[in-house]
Amino acid sequence: MSSHPIRMAGIDKSFGPVRANRGASLDVAPGEIHALVGENGAGKSTLMKILGGLIRPDAGTVEINGSDVTGWSTSDAIAAGVGVVHQHFMLVPTLTVAENVVLGNEPKRGVMFDRTRALADVNALIQQTGLIVPADRRVAELSVGEAQRVEILKTLYRGAKILILDEPTAVLSPPDVQELWTVLRKLRDDGATIVLITHRLDEVIGISQTITVMRAGASVGRMKTSETTPAEIAKTMVGRDVVLSAPLREAIGGTAATAEHAIAPVGAPVLEVTDLAVNDSRRVRVVDGVTFAIRPGEVLGIAGVEGNGQTELVEAIAGLRDIVSGSVSVSGRDITRATVKERRDAGIAHVPEDRHRRGLILEYSIAENLVLGAQQEFSRYGSLDGDRIGEHAREQITKFDVRPPSAAPAARTLSGGNQQKVVIAREMGRSFTVLLAAQPTRGVDVGAIEFIHRQIREARDAGKAILLVSAELNEVLALSDKVAVMYRGKFAVTLPAREATPEVLGPYMTGGKSRDAA
Amino acid sequence: MNPFDFITQTLRIAVPYLFAASGGLVAERAGIVSLTLEGFMLSGAFTATLGSYYSGSPVIGVLAGAAGGLAFGLLHGIATVRFRADHVVSGIAVNLFVIGLTQVILMLLFDSSSNSPRVEGFQAGLSGFGDPLVWMGLASVPLVAFLLYKTPFGLRVQAAGEHPEAAASVGINVRFIRYVSVAISGVLAGLGGVYLALDQHQFTNNMTAGRGFIAIAAVIFGRWDPWRAGAACLLFAAAETLQIQLQGVGGIPSQFIQIIPYALTIVALAGLVGRAVAPAALGRAEE
Repeated sequence: MSSHPIRMAGIDKSFGPVRANRGASLDVAPGEIHALVGENGAGKSTLMKILGGLIRPDAGTVEINGSDVTGWSTSDAIAAGVGVVHQHFMLVPTLTVAENVVLGNEPKRGVMFDRTRALADVNALIQQTGLIVPADRRVAELSVGEAQRVEILKTLYRGAKILILDEPTAVLSPPDVQELWTVLRKLRDDGATIVLITHRLDEVIGISQTITVMRAGASVGRMKTSETTPAEIAKTMVGRDVVLSAPLREAIGGTAATAEHAIAPVGAPVLEVTDLAVNDSRRVRVVDGVTFAIRPGEVLGIAGVEGNGQTELVEAIAGLRDIVSGSVSVSGRDITRATVKERRDAGIAHVPEDRHRRGLILEYSIAENLVLGAQQEFSRYGSLDGDRIGEHAREQITKFDVRPPSAAPAARTLSGGNQQKVVIAREMGRSFTVLLAAQPTRGVDVGAIEFIHRQIREARDAGKAILLVSAELNEVLALSDKVAVMYRGKFAVTLPAREATPEVLGPYMTGGKSRDAA
Repeated sequence: MNPFDFITQTLRIAVPYLFAASGGLVAERAGIVSLTLEGFMLSGAFTATLGSYYSGSPVIGVLAGAAGGLAFGLLHGIATVRFRADHVVSGIAVNLFVIGLTQVILMLLFDSSSNSPRVEGFQAGLSGFGDPLVWMGLASVPLVAFLLYKTPFGLRVQAAGEHPEAAASVGINVRFIRYVSVAISGVLAGLGGVYLALDQHQFTNNMTAGRGFIAIAAVIFGRWDPWRAGAACLLFAAAETLQIQLQGVGGIPSQFIQIIPYALTIVALAGLVGRAVAPAALGRAEE
C-alpha cells in the first residue's frame, strides 16, 4: 500500500475558531480519477491546499508515493510532481499563455529569459496533450475554458504526475466540460493520478473510479463509484436524507424537471424589456438588442456561458448600469432612466450574482444587512430604530432559515449558503412584483440550493415575474417556464421549457447555432 | 536660446526624475506603492553629502548615497512586506522620517539648520555631461526595461504585482521578489538624490522639493512602462526648462510661467492617462 500516490491521515487544520479539517483522510490509488465530494465548507479545499503545500496541517500526516512529506512547501510539492489546478485561476492576466506556463521555471539564455524557447516548449506541450490554447496570447484575452487549459498545462510543464483539480467545471459550458473529461481520461491513461474536487454528483458518477466524501471537516465515506448511487453519495454528504432538488434529480436520471411547471402564467407582462443595448465598463457593447417579456407567475431562465452579457443585462434592469438604448418597464411604467431606488419602489427585487460585491456588506451585522436599502422604513426621528431592526431580523432569520439563527454577527461569519439566504431574505422578504435572480445558488451547499429553489417556486406560484440567470444549465431547466440562451449579447434562442434540453441548448451556448425567437 | 541648450538643460533636469521613476517603477510593478521616492531621494542626497565630505571623493559619495537609499528602501519593504503595513501610511512615515532625521543630523554634525558645508562633486563640464551620474540616470530607463521585460526576474516581478497568489502557487517567493524590488527602487531613487547633492556640492534641507512625487506622477503617466515613464520624465523636465527659460521673457507674469510644470502634470495625469491600469495587486499583501 505504500505505493499509493497520495495518503493523508488524521489531518487537523483550524483557522482561528473554525476547524476546517478534523481528522480528514484521503487515500488515492495509482492511475485513478478520484472524486473528493462534499458540501461547501466541508473542508475539501483546505485538505487540497495542505496536499499542495499552500498551508501546513496542525496535525496528521501526508504521504506521497510512500514517503512522508507532511508540512511541505509548494515548491516541494511541485518538485514531487503534485500539481494543483485552483478553482480561482492562478494566472497572471497581463502575461501571455507561454509566460504563465513557464513562470517560476523559466528557460534562460544567459541572464535573459528565453522567450522563444518558452513559446516552443509550450507549443510542444499543447500538441502533445491536446490542450489547445494560443500560446502567444495574453491570458486576459482568453475564454474561461482556455484559461483552465492553461492551468492544466502549467502543472504538466512542471512534470506533474498527480493532478488536483478544484471544482474545474464550475465555470465551463457543457462542450468544454466534455473536452475536459476527454483530456483527463487521456492523462489518466498516460499514467497520471487525478483528484477531482466537485459537488456535482453527475460528474462524480461519470468520470471517477473512487469517491471520498467529506462532511464538516472529516472524511465520512470512501466508496467505489461502480458500487454506489447518487442518492447514497448525497446522503453521506449531507448526513441526512435529502429531498433532492431538480438539478440533482436530473443528474440522477429522474423525470424531466419541467413537469412541475403545471401552472400556466396569466395576464399582461409585468417586466418588459425592449431592444435593450448595454455597454460594459470598457464601453464594449455586451447586451445587443435583447427583447423579452415576463408575465406574472412566469420564470424566464437565461442560460449561457458566463460573460455573454448576462451580468450586464441584469445590472441594467436593476439600475446599476446605464442603458444605451431600448427600454425597460415594470407593470407598464417606464423605468429605463429611473434610479435604483425608484426601481425598487416600482417592485423590482434583485438577488445579485456576486453577494460579496453587491449583495451584502460583509462587515455589517446580519440584522443591518437585512434592512439595507430600507433604512428609511426602520428609522425614527432620523435615526435607526434598533428594536425594530432586531425584531425584523429575528422574523426573517426564522422565515428564511438562516443558520446560526442569530442577528448580531457580521455577515462575513456566515457560510456561503447562509449569506445567500440573507440576501434572499432581504430581497424576497418585502413586497415585490419582479425578481431578478442572478446565479442564486452559486457556491452554496445542497441544502441551501434546495431551500432557495423552493423560495423561487413559491414566488412564481404567488404570481411574481422572475428573471433567472444561471450558469448551471440544470438549474435553469429545473425552474424556468421559458428558456433563453444568451450568446454574445443576444438571445440566440428562446424556447418553452418543455422543448429545452441540454442537447438542444448546447450548440446555441457556444455560438454553433443561432435562431432569433423573441 | 538655441535648441541644443534647451535639450541639454532638459536632460540634466530630467536626471533625478529618471532615476527615481525607474526605481519606483520596479517597486510598483512588484506591488509596492512608491510614494516613498521623495524620502529615498532625500536620504540618498544626504548620505552622499556625508560620504563625499568625509572621504573627499565623490565616488564614495555615490556609494554612500546608494546605501542611504537602500536602507530606507528596505525599511519601507520591511514595513509593507514583513509587517503588512498600509503602503501609503508607510510611505508618508518614511518621507517625514527622512526629512526630520536629515535635519537633526545636519544640526549635530555641522551645527546648521539649513545646509551642509561644500563637498566634492564630479567635474561636470560646461554642458553638465562630464558628470557620470547624468549618463547613469539616462541609462536607468533601458536598464529597468531590460530587467523587467527580458529577464526571469522581471517576469516574476510582474507576476508578484499582478497576482501574487499565482506567483506563490508556482513556488515563487513573492516576499523576496518584493524586497529586492523595493531595494532596487531605494538605490535608484537614492542615486537621483545623489545627483542633486553632488551637482550643487552641498546638502540643503528638503532639497528634493517634491521631485519624488513628480517621479511617481511620471510612473503613472507612463502607465507603469519604463519607456513611457522615461518619456514622461523628459516631458516634465522640458516643461521645467521652459519655465526657467521664459522667466526672462517680458510681458508674461512670472507666476503664470511658474505654473507650467505643475499644470502640465495635472493635465497629463487627469486627462491624458485615461484608464491607466495599475498593477492589480499594487498595495496589497500576498494572501
